[in-house]
Amino acid sequence: MTTGVGVELNDLTRVYGTVRALDGLTLHIEPGEFVALLGPSGCGKTTALRILAGLDEATSGTVSVGGRDVTSVPANKRDMGMVFQAYSLFPHLTALENVEFGLKMRGRAKGDRTTRATEMLDLVGLSAHLNKYATELSGGQQQRVALARALAIQPSVLLLDEPLSALDAKVRTQLRDEIRRVQLEVGTTTVFVTHDQEEALAVADRVGVMSQGRLEQLAPPAEVYADPATPFVAEFVGLNNKVPAEVTSGQAHLLGMSVPTLAGSISSGAGTALLRPESVTVTADPAGTSTVKSVAFLGPISRVYVALADGAVIDAQLTSAAARGFEPGAPVTVGVEQTRLLVV
Amino acid sequence: MGEGGRLILLGRIRGRAIAALPLLPFFAVVAIFLIVPTITVIVSAVFDEGRFSLARLQALFSETALSALGKSVLLSGSTALLGAILGALLAWLVVSRPAESLVRRTVLSLCSVLAQFGGVALAFAFLATIGLNGVLTLWVQEHLGWNLAGSGWLYGLPGLILVYTYFQIPLMVIVFLPALEGLREQWREAAVSLGASTWQYWREVAVPLLTPAFLGSALLLFANAFAAYATAAALVSQGSPIVPLLIRSALTSEVVLGQAGFAYALALEMIVVVAVVMVAYNLLVRRTARWLR
Amino acid sequence: MRTAARGALWLLFGAFFLFPLYAMADFSTRNLIKGGRTGAAWANLFADDALYQAIVTSLLLAVLTVVAMLVVLVPTMIWVRLRTPWAKGVVEFMCLLPLTIPALVIVVGLKNVYLWVTYLLGESALTLTFVYVVVVLPFAYRALDAALSAIDLKTLAEAARSLGAGWPTTMLRVVVPNIWSGVLSAAFISVAVVLGEYTIASLSGFQTLQVQIVAIGKSDGPTSVAASLAVLLFGFVLLLGLSLLTRRRRSS
Repeated sequence: MTTGVGVELNDLTRVYGTVRALDGLTLHIEPGEFVALLGPSGCGKTTALRILAGLDEATSGTVSVGGRDVTSVPANKRDMGMVFQAYSLFPHLTALENVEFGLKMRGRAKGDRTTRATEMLDLVGLSAHLNKYATELSGGQQQRVALARALAIQPSVLLLDEPLSALDAKVRTQLRDEIRRVQLEVGTTTVFVTHDQEEALAVADRVGVMSQGRLEQLAPPAEVYADPATPFVAEFVGLNNKVPAEVTSGQAHLLGMSVPTLAGSISSGAGTALLRPESVTVTADPAGTSTVKSVAFLGPISRVYVALADGAVIDAQLTSAAARGFEPGAPVTVGVEQTRLLVV
Repeated sequence: MGEGGRLILLGRIRGRAIAALPLLPFFAVVAIFLIVPTITVIVSAVFDEGRFSLARLQALFSETALSALGKSVLLSGSTALLGAILGALLAWLVVSRPAESLVRRTVLSLCSVLAQFGGVALAFAFLATIGLNGVLTLWVQEHLGWNLAGSGWLYGLPGLILVYTYFQIPLMVIVFLPALEGLREQWREAAVSLGASTWQYWREVAVPLLTPAFLGSALLLFANAFAAYATAAALVSQGSPIVPLLIRSALTSEVVLGQAGFAYALALEMIVVVAVVMVAYNLLVRRTARWLR
Repeated sequence: MRTAARGALWLLFGAFFLFPLYAMADFSTRNLIKGGRTGAAWANLFADDALYQAIVTSLLLAVLTVVAMLVVLVPTMIWVRLRTPWAKGVVEFMCLLPLTIPALVIVVGLKNVYLWVTYLLGESALTLTFVYVVVVLPFAYRALDAALSAIDLKTLAEAARSLGAGWPTTMLRVVVPNIWSGVLSAAFISVAVVLGEYTIASLSGFQTLQVQIVAIGKSDGPTSVAASLAVLLFGFVLLLGLSLLTRRRRSS
């Protein structure tokens, strides 16, 4: 069992020619914490990870691990375990030999190495595949081996660079939970880079949403979802309806109702409210000014698309039971649940 | 197989034969101009005047033939070794440049020309450089007083080794480059993040992965040199130190009867050597093809 | 440190490979009588009748070989992919076989075949076309195979046929334009191979460019060197042009 160490990225900047991949990124991670870096491609999340790993050099800023400044420490001396997106297993070695690799670099004896490697492969559920080569393993199995290989050396930090992106949807869900389970068991500080918000929200202790080289918000998943700090976070995470609203003294007025606004909203005047589908209420109302356009049945929930009086279409999420009975053309009234909204 | 089964099989064969008819021109050309000559050689090597005879094959063990074989092996082996090592080095230089760079494309085009299409031209290139009146010969004579061309070593085995190396290196670049390109950057990064120094990465990852491709390419170079004719024919006008030139003299000699038979035997020897090397090459390369895709 | 070592290596390799080419240029333009430069050797490429004829012959041979190769190989490869996939292994093996059977062996065994060929088609050097098609097969096959693998041949062909196109139209006007880079590649490389081929031509007694170069090499060094350099430069321009053309297409 390893107890994790804290990680600090301070004011990291990375410039390639005219491109600012990172723009003053500051990120503090607690020991043993699982942080997901989430953002669209080009936002700098992978750059940040690689600088942390030592595979890339920051133009300015510092990296500290466990209180020690490692900015100028070469990658092979940083004691970090890294899992790449795909194809990182050494093809000429078996799964066992792959996992032993880091231990071999550290000069551990053969017997020691094999014991530890077998242990790690057991931890990820691959004891039956010790002597297989990468080409004989499925994508999901390869990534498990990669995980075991990274953890075998008991790294101070575990880094994962979009490890699930190359896998099938079903395998992705399984492996994501697996990674979290193993991380909780071993306790290593972990940084997980992904562009898939569902992944990030599902496994992380805290989610860091990034855009254009900057950290937009670093908070637990629920907070990122319900209390987005900036319009970018609000729009990137989860679905949104954009509804015109009027703001006066901390209240947003829309769809005939008033709800409190989130910090970061405009303080007064006309704006656009970012309204999540599950916060939209739809009630049958013969006198209603809105009409149902279509209903999409998605199993446990349904999406009801409603046209407002002014022609704009709103996407409402209801339980399928509640959505039963809504036919295209039916008159309804649309409202907002009592929740805080971001108005931009 | 029952009656019904046999009918189905015949029907399928007939169906396939009909579907394959448009392939006839291709098979015809290959059969007439490749297969038939090869079979002619093999058969003529062991059939003398319509009767099975090992006499022609026995000529392969004469002193001239064995000496030529030895020199051919020496020439092919030495240039394969030189070409492999220096070519791998050059390939490494080329792969360090971005894929779309003009330098890279120019170098690869030049390699292509020199390696595969330059036979006679290369002989003349070296004649112009270090032949008796070569540019370098004259310059060195003028400035340093040495006689580079000396005893006409260019026209013998040492000269052949030099000129062959000149096209073996580019061939190695062409054949080995894909293997170098197949060495994924992730492997280096994974090794480094696991604590490997540059030296350890090369020793534990890169070299084991590249060795089969390297050896395979070296074998290819050997076969290439062994089968090469044009350069040697252009450089060496008298004498037959190596097997291809011995075949030339056997074919063009009007003096001794039965020399044509000798040519067949030598050609068969050539087929065997090259085939053995190519089979070894295929076995080696197939192993790594999976790794370095 | 690394870059310095690399730079030095580039320089060494560059010197080793480019110097003989420079020497060829120097050698072929030397005026031995008066000193200085002369273009006499190069002028011989047109002035010397035998050499000029050989050049024309080789160029014609190159063109004929390319045409014959395309006519034979392209429909065959398309047909194999669409109708007789079971033959793919055989076809590929036959196309790569010339790499294993030296040209020297082919020419030794070619005597009998050529008795028939010259009986049917005459004594021109252009009869070498058939053999040359076999010699360029490995290079052409690889280029065409790569191009065919890059497109969805089955869908293209089926679409064309379902719209009423016959096989010739399908191949010529639907498939070929889509594998154009492969066709060009195969053509250019074949030209380079034919222009550089010596073994079969010389031992069969035909007067192609390379044969002529060697023949006059003993008496007229500068002209041979000039012709050799011309062939090398031409081949280089062809292949570099091809490389530039195909990269640009791939990115477009």
